[in-house]
Amino acid sequence: MSAPETPKKFDLGKFITESQIYKSIFRHGYTTSDRDRALSVMTNVFFHLHPVKVRKSGARFGFTWCAGGLSFFVFLTLVVSGILLMFYYRPTVEHAYNDIMALREHVPFGIMRELHRWGAHAMIITVWLHMFRVFMTGSYKPPREFNWVIGVILLVLTMLLSFTGYLLPWDQLAMWAVTVGSNMARATPFLGHEGPGAALLAIGDIQLVHSGSDVRFALLGGRFVGAGTLLRFYILHCVAIPTAVVVLMSVHFWRIRKDGGISGPL
Amino acid sequence: MTMIKDAVNAFCSPVIIFTASMVCFYLFVRFPRQATSMAVSLPLLGLALAGFAFGLTDDHFRKIITTPDNVPIVGMLFIFLYFTWYAVRKGVINDQRMERGESTIEQTETNEKVLVFPYLIFIEFVMALAYAIVLVVWSIFLKAPLEEPANPTISPNPSKAPWYFLGLQELLVYFDPWIAGVLLPTFIIIGLCAIPYIDRDTDGSGYFSFKKRRAVISTYLFGFWILWVLLIVIGTFMRGPNWNFFGPFEKWDIHKTVPLLNINLSEIIFIKWLGIGLPKLWIVRELPGILLTLGYFMVPPAILAKTKLKSAYQKLGPVRYAVLMMLLLVMVSVPIKMYLRWAFNLKYIVAIPEFFFNI
Repeated sequence: MSAPETPKKFDLGKFITESQIYKSIFRHGYTTSDRDRALSVMTNVFFHLHPVKVRKSGARFGFTWCAGGLSFFVFLTLVVSGILLMFYYRPTVEHAYNDIMALREHVPFGIMRELHRWGAHAMIITVWLHMFRVFMTGSYKPPREFNWVIGVILLVLTMLLSFTGYLLPWDQLAMWAVTVGSNMARATPFLGHEGPGAALLAIGDIQLVHSGSDVRFALLGGRFVGAGTLLRFYILHCVAIPTAVVVLMSVHFWRIRKDGGISGPL
Repeated sequence: MTMIKDAVNAFCSPVIIFTASMVCFYLFVRFPRQATSMAVSLPLLGLALAGFAFGLTDDHFRKIITTPDNVPIVGMLFIFLYFTWYAVRKGVINDQRMERGESTIEQTETNEKVLVFPYLIFIEFVMALAYAIVLVVWSIFLKAPLEEPANPTISPNPSKAPWYFLGLQELLVYFDPWIAGVLLPTFIIIGLCAIPYIDRDTDGSGYFSFKKRRAVISTYLFGFWILWVLLIVIGTFMRGPNWNFFGPFEKWDIHKTVPLLNINLSEIIFIKWLGIGLPKLWIVRELPGILLTLGYFMVPPAILAKTKLKSAYQKLGPVRYAVLMMLLLVMVSVPIKMYLRWAFNLKYIVAIPEFFFNI
């Protein structure tokens, strides 16, 4: 007599993981051999930002604080929530404020603006924290000098992203914060109309740098924070600065690998 | 209760807060081992939390702290206090290991490699998940601020820049916009970029340490904590209408008046000391200030290169030494000018309004 046959049970997990669709997406199953773990990094376009192996300290939270990786993740969440916000928002003086109002009042589960705004604050903090960690572990030292410089530029761009986004709600808080911030620009030496040396840039009686031609005018698209500023800051916030950030981030990540991976003692 | 609050308000002023912070900072970097020990840091944490909890009982304090855009600053303070403590403590532990002739914690791990998947990906995933949860909870419970529609004819009092620029706005009290808003930010960016080109010693790279990097770390922490974070805290929480200073429990009274008695260096010299009145020609009038400023940037580097910093000068060479000195002197000039204001009501060292050139 043969042993009683166990009734064949339908295994949903197996059905999915053995289907052609699943296999076409995930080349490798979750196996635990070193070879397969290495392959799961190498065959995944997102994972393969990493090397296959890192120093043990590089995979320890106590050493990296995960601050750089977190900054990147926060940036991604800001891209997603920002794109969703762009569906609702028009950067014109007559619509901007009402569109923001509508985001709160009419859009279901309207916390998208909160996710974006608090995410922006969080990114400033995580980027500062990342820099702080890199400094305290001496990780900026040769051969990583230039990557530190790129990091400093990314830090500045992060704050400029946040600053340009600050204007977009077009409420009193936004307008006056940007007015206060951009008033500094008119005191730029030579380039601002109230800056030292600007008066020297003149041909005869013709002032080259005045309130209609200085660096503040170029930033605001006008003599005051107005319709031109709103459009300019919107383009800077949604297109120009993010593009620069993405390019520099690519270099930043690539250089980590090229400069010897996450830092460790020599 | 009110007595304590009144006492705190009366005691608080920019000079007191700034000086007290500098003293704490000095003790911290001078005695890092003791400062990061549990016996000292835990009671201090308790004290800070108790003070914070006490502050929350006050309506005004609570209102300022819970203003939606100010909440991240409070979070940042606690995060950075913790991680400063953590990094220095790790450095101290590694210092002690090296003194005993052992290798640092990171050194023992440097030749050991782990697979990124799953060990690193796992940490990243957990952090991303934790952040996502915190962000969603934060967004549900705290509404993003939205005030009246923008109106160019009504300016709020006080008008404040976004919080991460408030340290610079606070400096407007002591410097003209071209310095506080343009020159100093430029120097901060250049100075940060210059760090790896000045501090090139690869010993001390890739692990937490303190002792052998004391000067470098102290400078960085001073710039970050005192000149950046502390000024943000003062600018955000303690500057009210007309940018007047208010204690932590003091109502922001729009009618508070503060006498403005600031005078220029030229007035001190030509009117107070010499009693001959201001010279008409600006170059004569400002000559003492110009000489003082030039001397400040020329004399100390020259003397230090021959004396205290002789070894540093030889190690760095003239160009790197000059850049380092320039950056350090600009950095130190910020607290110097602040103390000159507090001590002598000094407005400008060099004042040439003819060219918008005031230092």
